[in-house]
Amino acid sequence: MKKILVLGATSGIAQACVRLYAARGASLYLVARNAQNLQAVAQDAATRGAARAEAEALDLDDFEAHGPLVARAEAALGGLDGVLLAHGVLGDQAACERDFAPTRAVLTTNLLGPVSLLTHLANRFEAQRKGTLVVISSVAGDRGRQSNYVYGTSKGGLSVFLQGLRNRLSRSGVAVVTVKPGFVDTPMTAGVKKNALFATPEQVARGIVKAAERGSDVVYLPGFWRLIMFVIRCVPERLFKRLKL
Amino acid sequence: MSKALQSWGRYPRVTQRAHPLVWVGEPLPQGLQGPLLPYGQGRSYGDSCLNPGGTVLTTAGLDRFLGFDPASGVLTCEAGVTLEDILRLATWQGWFLPVTPGTKFVSVGGAIANDVHGKNHHRMGTFGRHVRRFELLRSDGRRLVCSPTENADWYAATIGGLGLTGVILWAEVQLRRMSNPYIQQDTLPFANLDGFFQAAAESDADFEYTVAWVDCLSRGRKLGRGLYFRGNHAPPQFDALPLAKSHLSRKGGLSVPFDLPSFTLNRLTVAAFNALYYGKNRLGAGKTHLTHYDPFFYPLDSVHAWNRIYGRRGFLQFQCVVPHEVGGGAMREILERIAASRLASFLAVLKKFGSAPSPGLLSFPRPGVTLALDFANAGERTYRLFHELERVTREAGGAVYPAKDARMEPETFQASFPQVGAFARFVDPAFSSAFWRRVKGADAAAAAR
Ligand SMILES: Cc1cc2nc3c(=O)[nH]c(=O)nc-3n(C[C@H](O)[C@H](O)[C@H](O)COP(=O)(O)OP(=O)(O)OC[C@H]3O[C@@H](n4cnc5c(N)ncnc54)[C@H](O)[C@@H]3O)c2cc1C
Repeated sequence: MKKILVLGATSGIAQACVRLYAARGASLYLVARNAQNLQAVAQDAATRGAARAEAEALDLDDFEAHGPLVARAEAALGGLDGVLLAHGVLGDQAACERDFAPTRAVLTTNLLGPVSLLTHLANRFEAQRKGTLVVISSVAGDRGRQSNYVYGTSKGGLSVFLQGLRNRLSRSGVAVVTVKPGFVDTPMTAGVKKNALFATPEQVARGIVKAAERGSDVVYLPGFWRLIMFVIRCVPERLFKRLKL
Repeated sequence: MSKALQSWGRYPRVTQRAHPLVWVGEPLPQGLQGPLLPYGQGRSYGDSCLNPGGTVLTTAGLDRFLGFDPASGVLTCEAGVTLEDILRLATWQGWFLPVTPGTKFVSVGGAIANDVHGKNHHRMGTFGRHVRRFELLRSDGRRLVCSPTENADWYAATIGGLGLTGVILWAEVQLRRMSNPYIQQDTLPFANLDGFFQAAAESDADFEYTVAWVDCLSRGRKLGRGLYFRGNHAPPQFDALPLAKSHLSRKGGLSVPFDLPSFTLNRLTVAAFNALYYGKNRLGAGKTHLTHYDPFFYPLDSVHAWNRIYGRRGFLQFQCVVPHEVGGGAMREILERIAASRLASFLAVLKKFGSAPSPGLLSFPRPGVTLALDFANAGERTYRLFHELERVTREAGGAVYPAKDARMEPETFQASFPQVGAFARFVDPAFSSAFWRRVKGADAAAAAR
């Protein structure tokens, strides 16, 4: 990937990826909501060696803006061969249980927005018959759990969407990489107590860059999550529903 | 979020909360517990980066570069960027840190707040001298861009300001051109303290980097014997052969073999080490050789978390500077007391500071001789020795280094930093540290209440 659109560029994982791509001299089109924070990320990328680091502040919940955004990114970089879709919110599970409005907000940002963006992007990549779409989903989407099933639903839905997209695009040589990180020590999880399962954004970013290079289908990061989630998926529902997870 | 962050000496042990700062554009959060204090990489030895009962604002997330001009060497970065990050960015482009302490794992904010010095103090002065501008965030939300001409009083208070004047968000640093990342280095043994002064007098003009290791257990006629290390960046077109060789054996003469976690630190082992180290280097003396900058400047960094070799009770460093005029006498007395105590470890460093004025009100470096050494924490015995060393330093008109301190008394602090009265007006009312409460006598006052 040399000409990359990064959606949610101020997220911890995206920033770590941006640094790796910048050091390789990639051209980057960086998108996030907060203009000032985004500017810092863009300056950092430019200083670390990015051939270009364009920044556009945009609220990605605004679906109407998606089509023009993709067109602008493509025009600015003279084409696109990679996308890193990394925006998302954790949400507040308790609030989501009380009320639909926050649930809807999580689903809008984590599921509907990406589906809209990926629809635009998939059509372009399919037409150019090349490119890599890297999307950050989550292990939380592998099975619904009482502690964060709204977030899990958004990521589970996204993972299924990506499966279908991968199936559709494999014929045109476009790679769709589903990234499923476990716990990552980022600002998003600042309020969560850290344990041995937490990975650094740098660790996860190295895994993402490698997976994108190979055109992998589904990667768990760090890799041990594949096993953990396999076991968790195997627990029969009759038992699972009584677990406190 | 609650997290136990300690200082490098792991003494004293404290309980404090941590709140990460991530974006320079955001205000300080409201409602944090107790007083606030910025926290960089925790490479200060004592309690100047600790805030028991309060909240430390960790800056590791403020790690973005904001710009680098390879033509002028001006680097702009957020305050949590480490010196290691800067070296990675700049050395291959022909630029180097103007000043570096003995570890590259410190943040730019921490380097400013302690106005750190390196082996080239006699040429380049302190780190603060090379800081062109920075932005300071106060707890009332005020943002001040400070330079020698803009908010100059805040600039002077914050350099060496021990994190008490607010949070440094970003800084602009002038790097220095470098002809070669390899250092041409030689070693000069000296038989006693007079020998050190002679070596310094002979070397400071021709060598950018100078520092001495002393055997702090030798006494009598050998008091203060040691090895004088001096070096310069190799010229750009240096013969490639020795370069390639020294690159293969990165262990080069200067790096102390500190990968000794199973080595128990006691008087006998330290004495044996010192004798061997002195003897080995005396034999090789006079020969110039090449060392990569990494082992030359950061011999200890290759051993991760070496501070743990001192065990759970932690360790303390004592670093003082005494003026040139009395340098010989006071330094002799300090070395005598250390040798007599038989407490010191093998990390003893002697260096002559130059006369380049430090920009900070509380900057530690000043013309004179500085001695730094580590002591395992042996409780009262260690504290009593520190008390004596402190008194000798004070009476000689010298200063104790806050970045390395966990014990100095209010009286010594006042005497070391006569500008503290002027400085205190710039302290942010919401900020404090264990160190500050101690040297201001605030802890004692609170205890008496
Ligand atoms: C092996 C070793 C060798 C060393 N050699 C030397 C040497 O040769 N010369 C020398 O001078 N020092 C030396 N030191 C000490 C070290 O350079 C200083 O203590 C340095 O300031 C540590 O930086 P830090 O980022 O770890 O800061 P911390 O130790 O975390 O904090 C130091 C101070 O800076 C303040 N601070 C941190 N970030 C900010 C910010 N963003 N804004 C405002 N204030 C801030 C803190 O409040 C605190 O008062 C050495 C230390 C070690 C461990």
